[in-house]
Amino acid sequence: MFKRSLLFLLIAAMTVGALFLFTSSNAVTAAQGGQVEIVVVWSGGELDAFNQVIARFEQNTGIDAVVNSAGRDLPSVLVSRVAAGNPPDVAALPNPGQMAEFVRQGALVALDPAIVADHPKAFVDLGSVDGTLYGVFLSADLKSLVWYNTKQLGPNAGLPSWDQLMAFTEGLAARGQTAWCIGLESGAASGWPGTDWVEDIMLRTAGPEAYDQWVNHDIPWTDARVKYAFELFGQIARNPKFVLGGPQGALSTNFGESPNGLFTSPPGCYLHRQATFIQSFILSANPGLQPRVDFNIFLFPPIDPQFGNPLLGAGDLISVFRNTPQARELIKFLASAEAQEIWVGTLKKLPINTRVNVSVLANPIAERAAQLLFTAAAFRFDGSDLMPAAVGSGEFWTAVLDYVGGADVCSVLRRLEAAADRAYTRGAATNNVVEPGACP
Amino acid sequence: MKTRGLIPWLYIAPALLILSFYLVYPAIETLYNSFFKLSSLRAPGQFVGLENYVRIFLQQDTLIALRNNALWFLIVTAVAVGLGLLLAVLLDRVRYESFAKSLIFMPMAISFVGAGVIWKFVYAFRPEIYPQIGVLNAARVAWGSDPIAWLTQSPWINNLALMAVFIWIWTGYCLVILSAAYKGIDRDLLDAARTDGANEWQVFWHVILPTLRSTIVVVATTMTVFTLKVFDIVYVMTNGNFGTEVLANAMYKEMYLFQRYGFASAIAVVIFLAVLPFIVINIRRFLEQEAVR
Repeated sequence: MFKRSLLFLLIAAMTVGALFLFTSSNAVTAAQGGQVEIVVVWSGGELDAFNQVIARFEQNTGIDAVVNSAGRDLPSVLVSRVAAGNPPDVAALPNPGQMAEFVRQGALVALDPAIVADHPKAFVDLGSVDGTLYGVFLSADLKSLVWYNTKQLGPNAGLPSWDQLMAFTEGLAARGQTAWCIGLESGAASGWPGTDWVEDIMLRTAGPEAYDQWVNHDIPWTDARVKYAFELFGQIARNPKFVLGGPQGALSTNFGESPNGLFTSPPGCYLHRQATFIQSFILSANPGLQPRVDFNIFLFPPIDPQFGNPLLGAGDLISVFRNTPQARELIKFLASAEAQEIWVGTLKKLPINTRVNVSVLANPIAERAAQLLFTAAAFRFDGSDLMPAAVGSGEFWTAVLDYVGGADVCSVLRRLEAAADRAYTRGAATNNVVEPGACP
Repeated sequence: MKTRGLIPWLYIAPALLILSFYLVYPAIETLYNSFFKLSSLRAPGQFVGLENYVRIFLQQDTLIALRNNALWFLIVTAVAVGLGLLLAVLLDRVRYESFAKSLIFMPMAISFVGAGVIWKFVYAFRPEIYPQIGVLNAARVAWGSDPIAWLTQSPWINNLALMAVFIWIWTGYCLVILSAAYKGIDRDLLDAARTDGANEWQVFWHVILPTLRSTIVVVATTMTVFTLKVFDIVYVMTNGNFGTEVLANAMYKEMYLFQRYGFASAIAVVIFLAVLPFIVINIRRFLEQEAVR
């Protein structure tokens, strides 16, 4: 008897559960009040800062906003929720490449261009597909920066050319010291810091035009210019005398802990190439430090003089998956100067909305980076973020890791070219028998 | 005593219904999808025949995954079952047997993700200027040797390091089952062998091992199935980088990151086909044992 009623209970529970599965998650109350869910990638201090932004939104509108952090698993969370027909109302996207894929699937809501009236055209374009706005940038990061300890190199250090950079690196090595801290470990995203290196070098050795062709797969990965960019990165990253801990140290060190080598005594390294956001990592791991007083930045130097010093950057992108009034309110708010002032003021990132007063950064390094970004002669978005995920968030990361670990440059480039041939739907080099380039 | 008619069907109907809903239907759907080039689950794909399957055996990352799954199957199954058997026989002779067994069984209580995180710390490698926070490298440095980057050196060091975690978790399981079977052996049988002049080694080899054969097969096939499906440890510790890719992790990436549902489905089918014979062996053994009873 007991068993039978248990069975009945079980079946009843499953039926009710199944019903729930089919009926839940619709029904959004109109306009005033109501709820909106936003899924984000941030955790820790970044999540705290975002919660401050959201608190202001709730205060202004009376809408209840629920923030869910998916952490580093954001791409799989979004993909599976979209596939299941249960997307969040609003979400931070990993990159514009992923945004384009969601647009192609019809998963995103087109946005009112008026909300980005105060955003620079370059970022509006990056948030658009075929002229329609689908994504709004909350902030930007400048990536072409070299960080150093002012106690070691003085208050206004700089290495204005690649040759000087290499001479400095070799000089230290000759004295038994290592110049660079590189950290490529980042959990499921390991390898991305190396792709930034290759992109920064590619911009400076081949120029922004060739960079765009490379990102769009109009030139193959086996092209001599791509190979050269990898090799220059390898000159530093693969040399045990130039990198703290050698190549294995670079592969094993977490990107967030890597800059700490600048501040050890004796110094583990003297230079660290990383984006603006690394400042919050440096400050939380080394609480006593003052930006610009104790550490500072200079621009990653030009390599081929004809291309000057194009800047590499990236940004935090937000899109809307469900067309509700609450979601539209939220995206409008996130695009505004009011929201971005809270966000960048806390995290020392760079604002997108031009009405944000950079003095809210209250941080000399971030203010300088913002000026550099706004006055850049040429700016390019992180290429791996624009490539299809299988290349930009897959094979490119793996290739960097394998190359630093000692793999032959042509073997990783041929693999990348095969992955690109499969992943791209456009691009002159896609499925074309182009000249094999430098890696036959 | 057999009941005929509708009644038995009525009893198993809920189970059949639920099974077909969450197991049979998705399996057929996966098989179907594996013949398509599919970049969205909500839009029709393009039929490509066996291309996805051919690709698995041509593409480098899946080839590495196939190799690694084979290594996992061979090494992990052999070591976990072998260690379990050895410990079952040896622990039978010590006084604190249940305490020792609990200790060895304990890691089973830890989730794979948790174990991955713990062992990532055990294997941690830092440049020499920093103190080593990983137990292994701290010990090596204290010993006067150089630290080793356990997780990034391919193909042997890192793959064996990952397998060690799996063995650490599962040896307890093998031990407990084999130990129970060992205790089921009639002591008179062992004593008779010893009286006949067999030494301990001969007793183990000619009496214990043949008697435990069917249990060993069940444990070994179970372990094989687990190793062919291994995912969590690799995902957490290396994410398949540095030549440590396995099929399940490759499938996860293709599905959730690259959104190539057809190719991911093909990998899933390959895993399923690889596991299938071992499931069959396992069920056959089970039915044989039931028949004996």
